[in-house]
Amino acid sequence: MIDILLSLLILTGAVFTFIGSLGLARLRDFYTRLHGPTKATTLGVGCLLIASAVYFSVREEGVSLHEVLVTLFLFITAPVSAHLLAKAALHLKVHSLAPEPEQARNEEQIP
Amino acid sequence: MKRLLPHPLLTLTLAILWLLLVNRLNPGHLVLGLLLGWLIPFATAGFWPEHVRIRHAGVLLRYLMVFIYDIVRGSFHVAWLILKGPSRLNPAFIVVPLELKSDLGISLLANTISLTPGTVSSLVSADKRTLIVHTIDTGNPDAMVAEIKQRYEVPLKQIFEEGDV
Amino acid sequence: MLDTVIPIAYALVSLAFVFSFWRLLKGPDAPDRILALDTLYVNTIALLVLLGIHLGNAIYFEAALLIAMMGFVGTVALCKYLLRGDIIE
Repeated sequence: MIDILLSLLILTGAVFTFIGSLGLARLRDFYTRLHGPTKATTLGVGCLLIASAVYFSVREEGVSLHEVLVTLFLFITAPVSAHLLAKAALHLKVHSLAPEPEQARNEEQIP
Repeated sequence: MKRLLPHPLLTLTLAILWLLLVNRLNPGHLVLGLLLGWLIPFATAGFWPEHVRIRHAGVLLRYLMVFIYDIVRGSFHVAWLILKGPSRLNPAFIVVPLELKSDLGISLLANTISLTPGTVSSLVSADKRTLIVHTIDTGNPDAMVAEIKQRYEVPLKQIFEEGDV
Repeated sequence: MLDTVIPIAYALVSLAFVFSFWRLLKGPDAPDRILALDTLYVNTIALLVLLGIHLGNAIYFEAALLIAMMGFVGTVALCKYLLRGDIIE
């Protein structure tokens, strides 16, 4: 029973990690590429970490919850790095499929 | 009380983090964790200019539920879009006017937007009035703005800001 | 069951590495390369966690934690550099 749950979690995690990077390679402009790694990869690694927590809790005595720490950390940092990357890309006027917003141009002077 | 224990929530969080880090629960580590949680807020007092108060714990709990559900939904959504291929996408930038005033509220909203379906927050304007959001597959921009405001901004405002203004 | 799933997971994560690395080499812009580096470190965490489950050894977790922290700081520093042309002001 635990085996099936673990396998499911590991497989889901690996598939999402894969799809995130596939999006990185496949999509056409920087801003759409940003979506794959931020969401899919983060959830994928989250699934793998939960699988690891379950595995070590079952195998050894006592619960093993320190994987939750990395999961939390990733879920907090992923949107922050995505936001900074998008900001840097807007600053550098990276090629975009969508028309760039007006405000971004007005912000140029402000550090 | 206020001077002895400036950030009770932070103290509790740090103690729990310590216990997670050492990965075992025994009295010694509990005491050490609480001690660190008590001392660190003094050392980092300069980094916590705003005093955070949570007003509606029930709303916060419901918000967290919606948030976790949306993370899963968002990942499936973006995975499906990636598999479908790049040619069908319709990316756009949308502008969300902000009603939140506090830095904490705005950053939580921006982070939530980045993890939920089809949107990544890209830029907060210098006057903190608008948030520019990139959407990967835009249907109706106005409806998306309305959904963001209704689904995330209203509860965040209730939790952290009601009564402040 | 785990014995069949783990090799598949290894293969998928390794393919993820290949795609990210391709984006790192191809660019075309600096933010693309930083995003590729960011994805690479998250993939590394995935691989380390898988290795930990495979070998039944929790020691790899510490490495994963360190990579998570250093990777985030690296991404932020690089973005800051792009935004300001300087890291420490």
